[in-house]
Amino acid sequence: MIRFLVTRLLSLCVSLIAASVVIFCVIEVIPGDPAAFMLGLNANPDTVAALREDLGLTGDALSRYFSWTTGMLTGDFGTSYTYRVPVSELVSDRLLVSLPLAVYALILSTALALPVGMIAAMRRGTLTDVGIMGTTQLGIAVPNFWFAMLLVLLFAVSLRLFSAGGFPGWDAGFLAGLKALTLPAVSLAFPQASILARITRSALLETLNQDYIRTARAKGLTERQTIVGHALRNALIPVMTIIGLQFAFLLAGAVIIENVFFLPGLGRLIFQGITQRDLVVVESVVMLLVFAVVMVNFLVDVAYAAIDPRLRIRT
Amino acid sequence: MTRVPETKSPAPSPRSTFPPFRASAGLLLEVAGLNLAISGTPILSNVALRIHAGKIIGVVGESGSGKTLTALTVMGLLPPGAATTGSVRMDGQDLLALDEPAMCRIRGNRIGMIFQEPMTALNPVRTIGDQVAETLLIHGMANRGEAVRIARQRLDRVGLPEPEFPLDRYPHQLSGGQRQRVCIALAIALRPQLLIADEPTTALDVSTQAQILDLLLSLVADDGMSLMLITHDLAVVASLADDIAVMRNGRVVDGAPANSLFARDGHPYTRQLLAASQHRPLRASPATEVPATSGDKTEVDIGGVPAERDHRGGDRIAGRRDAATLLRVTGAVRDYALARKGLFRKPPVRRAVDGVSFSLDAGESLGLVGESGCGKSTLARAILGLEPLQAGAITLQGTPVTAVPAVRPSLRRNMQVVFQDPYGSFNPRHRVLRLVSEPFFLNETPLSASDIRERVAESLVSVGLAPDAMEKYIHEFSGGQRQRIAIARALVLRPRLMVLDEAVSSLDVSIRAQILDLLAELQGQHDLAYLFISHDLTVIRAVTDRVIVMKTGRIVEAGETESVLESPTHPYTRHLIQSAPKIPAHWLQETGHGPPPQ
Repeated sequence: MIRFLVTRLLSLCVSLIAASVVIFCVIEVIPGDPAAFMLGLNANPDTVAALREDLGLTGDALSRYFSWTTGMLTGDFGTSYTYRVPVSELVSDRLLVSLPLAVYALILSTALALPVGMIAAMRRGTLTDVGIMGTTQLGIAVPNFWFAMLLVLLFAVSLRLFSAGGFPGWDAGFLAGLKALTLPAVSLAFPQASILARITRSALLETLNQDYIRTARAKGLTERQTIVGHALRNALIPVMTIIGLQFAFLLAGAVIIENVFFLPGLGRLIFQGITQRDLVVVESVVMLLVFAVVMVNFLVDVAYAAIDPRLRIRT
Repeated sequence: MTRVPETKSPAPSPRSTFPPFRASAGLLLEVAGLNLAISGTPILSNVALRIHAGKIIGVVGESGSGKTLTALTVMGLLPPGAATTGSVRMDGQDLLALDEPAMCRIRGNRIGMIFQEPMTALNPVRTIGDQVAETLLIHGMANRGEAVRIARQRLDRVGLPEPEFPLDRYPHQLSGGQRQRVCIALAIALRPQLLIADEPTTALDVSTQAQILDLLLSLVADDGMSLMLITHDLAVVASLADDIAVMRNGRVVDGAPANSLFARDGHPYTRQLLAASQHRPLRASPATEVPATSGDKTEVDIGGVPAERDHRGGDRIAGRRDAATLLRVTGAVRDYALARKGLFRKPPVRRAVDGVSFSLDAGESLGLVGESGCGKSTLARAILGLEPLQAGAITLQGTPVTAVPAVRPSLRRNMQVVFQDPYGSFNPRHRVLRLVSEPFFLNETPLSASDIRERVAESLVSVGLAPDAMEKYIHEFSGGQRQRIAIARALVLRPRLMVLDEAVSSLDVSIRAQILDLLAELQGQHDLAYLFISHDLTVIRAVTDRVIVMKTGRIVEAGETESVLESPTHPYTRHLIQSAPKIPAHWLQETGHGPPPQ
């Protein structure tokens, strides 16, 4: 198991280094001066030169790469051109919204999808199953921003239970923060839960056809005991894969929902960074997201090994 | 609620936690007038069986005869849409009338069951101890600690003792035979009165089969359990069962005490089954023309070139048209790399084939036998040019066969293969025409579409199928027909060598007899050489001229089939022959289906 962790960690580091090289090349090395690009066509050459100095674009690519990566390791992500504040500060503010939102949505979607998928699998072919499959089909088909607007209309405009958008900050209290994130989290979670429920159902049905399920039934386990004790853990492997992918998406891909609810999240930051040509921000946030995705994949791998002993011996 | 009262009170000693077996050697289970239909299709009709306490009943029949569904009816584990009438009585209680919770209390507790495929019968993510203990826990017969202790005892009982087989082993760390032992341990954890074993040894090789059958026999003898042994193999029940029921098309067509099943004027179908299992195709082969003598057979030095090649009977070869050496394997070595121990260390290797040498003449049949894992399939793959050799050489018609670079089409045309599983070896989305004509890509000059159809039709006819079969999809055929199509596919290029890797192992005895006849006929017509890989000595004896016995990658014995099987010299060969279940000689005499006089 320790060997497994070490090899996984090694491959994690390799992935991060490879990603940093690709991002660095795309943004800095590829022809075109980032400083001139950031300032637009009619910029004063002096201003461009000053910005180049400012951005640390002087010197050869290799040393710039190393100063960028070592900077990141010490928490120095550079200074945003448009905001004129350290990127680390910007990012950490936004992470305080995006990370809880992603985790919240993931918890909601998983908590909803697993039982629903299990029920659909256990009652396969019945009206319950048909109803669940229909609802999840709808959940996948409906765009989440539209669903978000419906939620706002119902819960914020008509029932006045939630506010229609904005984030008061965690200083206003944990519950207040959570409440502000509830509608966005629900609108993010619904399509994800729909996908996950369908995956859970099909993984479980697949597992229920296995020989060891028959063995378990022959031991005298009830259908329910069989599903909980034998089928579920085996069906979790594909489910875990999807959960990992979904977390990465929720962290970075929530930009539309953030816009609908006026949330200061990472998605909006990177969107603004791109529109304002703030390449320092883009570079750092993309690297951060890569780190998050690679980390999640690592955790999913560890979860695989925890679930399935056969995967522990592989390297 | 179905248990006898005395089991309710916890007892001090672990053994007495469980009810003693009812001492009376009376009727334990009676199936009467059982009819089963699934989604309106009748499956079983009027099935009647009686299982006596402490006895073994063998249920034999071909696939689709209803053996397994009879067992699943007793277990109450029928698929959705099943409707039953009749009765399954155990201790006066009709199991068919019980609801699901009541059946859950009976399954695993009073009736245990084990299945055919031990490799997949255990949950891969839970330890073996956990899975055995679970049987005790779900029936509320023990607390956690006690259940673990009893699980340990049961694993000891089935021959998986402590130091090598701790409770925290996972199924993937065990072999097929060991996994079947775990399955038995969890089925007998609560000492059920009846154990149903559905083809428990079909997926195992002969020596493992013998061990598992021994274990089952001892459970019946020592613990007084009853056993319902379901198998398609008459020889397995012949050596074990007290009573035998023969099933066909959902009916019990014959039933009698084992030793009188063939002693009287038995049912024609029973005799037919027995005949099919002993079937020997008529072959125009040299082995049946020339009596084998002990001089034809030599024990081979391990790793050495079989000396046997040098003094094969000259008259034997003289009886044939030009017996040119078709295939020659010299000192073949195949290593598999195992997982590296360190990042930069050379990975350790496992030697699957270790210095094997033999040759095969045109038109000859050579058998290759050995336990699973002995390297016989690896060797076959190397001969087909699918695996590279680390040392040694393989030549077909004098041309080297190599995996890297790949075998040239002109050489590949001359060797074709038929695999064991007629279900998995076809692409289900293609019509038979495409499946059978696929080898034609090996031709340098492409054939016209009409020529291809003609050749495919010819090939299908030669394996006994109608030419219009080429328009159908593979799922429209039975297992035996699919194996015929597999042979047609191998035959369509008119090869010189056909490798048959357990090609008849998954077929029922009567289908197997037909396929063996077909192979013998084709050999005569096309002067084919067969390399016949099988664990079934009956088949090897029936269709091969010479046989090679392999153990852990090496040839331990080689020679004329009859003489090797009649008077083996190597202890391992003797062990293999002894392990194979046999139909008692007097059965064969009584029914007149003994082997043809030599």
